[in-house]
Amino acid sequence: MANPIAYIGIKALTLFQLTGELLQLFASTIYWSKHTFRNVDKIFHFMVKMGVNTLPIATFTSLFVGMVMVLQTGYTLEKFGMAESLGAIVPIAMARELGPVLTALLLAGRIGAAITAEIGTMTVSEEVDALKTLGINPVRYLAMPRFLACLCMLPVLVIYADVIGILGGASVAATYFHIPTKIYFDRMAESLQFIDIIKGLTKAAVFGATIAIVGCRYGLEAKGGAAGVGEATTRSVVCSFITIYILNYFITRLWL
Amino acid sequence: MAVNAIEIDIQKLSKSFRNFQVLKDLDLQIRASETTVIMGGSGTGKSVLLKHMIGLISPDSGKIFVRGVDITTQKGPALDTIRSRFAMVFQSAALLNSLTVAENVGLGLKEQHRFSKKEINEIVIEKLKLVKMEHKYNSLPGELSGGMKKRVGIARALAMSPEVVLYDEPTAGLDPIMAGNIDELILELKQKFKMTAVVVTHDMQSAFYIGDHICMLYQGKIIEEGSPESIRHSSNDYVIQFITRHKSVQT
Repeated sequence: MANPIAYIGIKALTLFQLTGELLQLFASTIYWSKHTFRNVDKIFHFMVKMGVNTLPIATFTSLFVGMVMVLQTGYTLEKFGMAESLGAIVPIAMARELGPVLTALLLAGRIGAAITAEIGTMTVSEEVDALKTLGINPVRYLAMPRFLACLCMLPVLVIYADVIGILGGASVAATYFHIPTKIYFDRMAESLQFIDIIKGLTKAAVFGATIAIVGCRYGLEAKGGAAGVGEATTRSVVCSFITIYILNYFITRLWL
Repeated sequence: MAVNAIEIDIQKLSKSFRNFQVLKDLDLQIRASETTVIMGGSGTGKSVLLKHMIGLISPDSGKIFVRGVDITTQKGPALDTIRSRFAMVFQSAALLNSLTVAENVGLGLKEQHRFSKKEINEIVIEKLKLVKMEHKYNSLPGELSGGMKKRVGIARALAMSPEVVLYDEPTAGLDPIMAGNIDELILELKQKFKMTAVVVTHDMQSAFYIGDHICMLYQGKIIEEGSPESIRHSSNDYVIQFITRHKSVQT
């Protein structure tokens, strides 16, 4: 690093270029979504694959996050004699924030990485070039079905994760803090609004789209054999994580 | 297209990768209905040159005219239209591993959405019979040998009814008998369909057997070209060394 200013400049340019490429791929994927009906079976196949693969880890994560949330907040609330409010706090946190973000991070780690590895392997073994020579646009054939599958599947997974997390919280509230399950759910019904769920699901859809676009971009740009695919996969997961954090902040600010 | 008409005209083509110049102001003309063989050592840019012809790589400078249209300026559907006249057989065959042999061969047709399933199946069987691979209809690429994969790759290329076929090292990594079979297949296809073929290889036996016109690529340029006979009697030291393996490199 001879010149720190030059180094920062190069990094900034790389960031702008990456953002531009991601937006370009997003626009191109939206354009090719006009062929959705011709690819319904492929999209459904990816949705099932994503859902089935992510379900076990989503169950564990949301269950234990819901349980720990109740333990942590319940401990403080109990000091003020407000432990019954757990039903008002945990479900909102799950629906608005924890459900979408944690499930998106899981999907980025499992499915985003798989997308990059799969498309990256196709790229370095010239299969993507072969598609082009057959007149098949790789964005239409590879990116579009995965994009739509992620876009649709993440909200479904988030609903599931929210339910598991809330149930996990209810079980700890009942066994550890001795709060009747009926009171927990009554508090939830009083405080959790339909708009909270919609906001969480909208976030989930945005994160799902992001994971697919980032995964496809790194896969299509993979170079240099197995090592290149491995590096692209790591970068893809890191990029997805960072993008999810940034988008989550701005979407939350927008809705406050 | 008339025999001997110019199918592809490459003018002053240059390409570098990370400060390493692979092609330097290269000029080359590919004639219609002929088999042009591009020879050269490993890493001399033969495959890079081939990929330029079908628009898979963009040049740093220079032009590539395909029947008078400069493909270096074409994008999107216009480039797809030009590409639809071409087919490429990749060195690794580049079959999609998740699809069966039949699905690979019919993939291009299926994605065009112009043919019924029955029509696609008929074309697939016809092309697989042409390369004597119909018995592997339902096999996955992972179950095939290198030679079989190349045959399926050729069948996939032919399924698109191309006017020009680009072969990237079609005999590389094959035993002499299988390599000979692939050479026979390329010759048979040329005679049957009068297709223009461009073959990249460093297999001398294959080059002299199938080539109507042979070009020698060295240090980013075509240093010698002509009929197989004229190449065989070339006075260029590098060409002589390439053919005989036994002379010092002086170009």
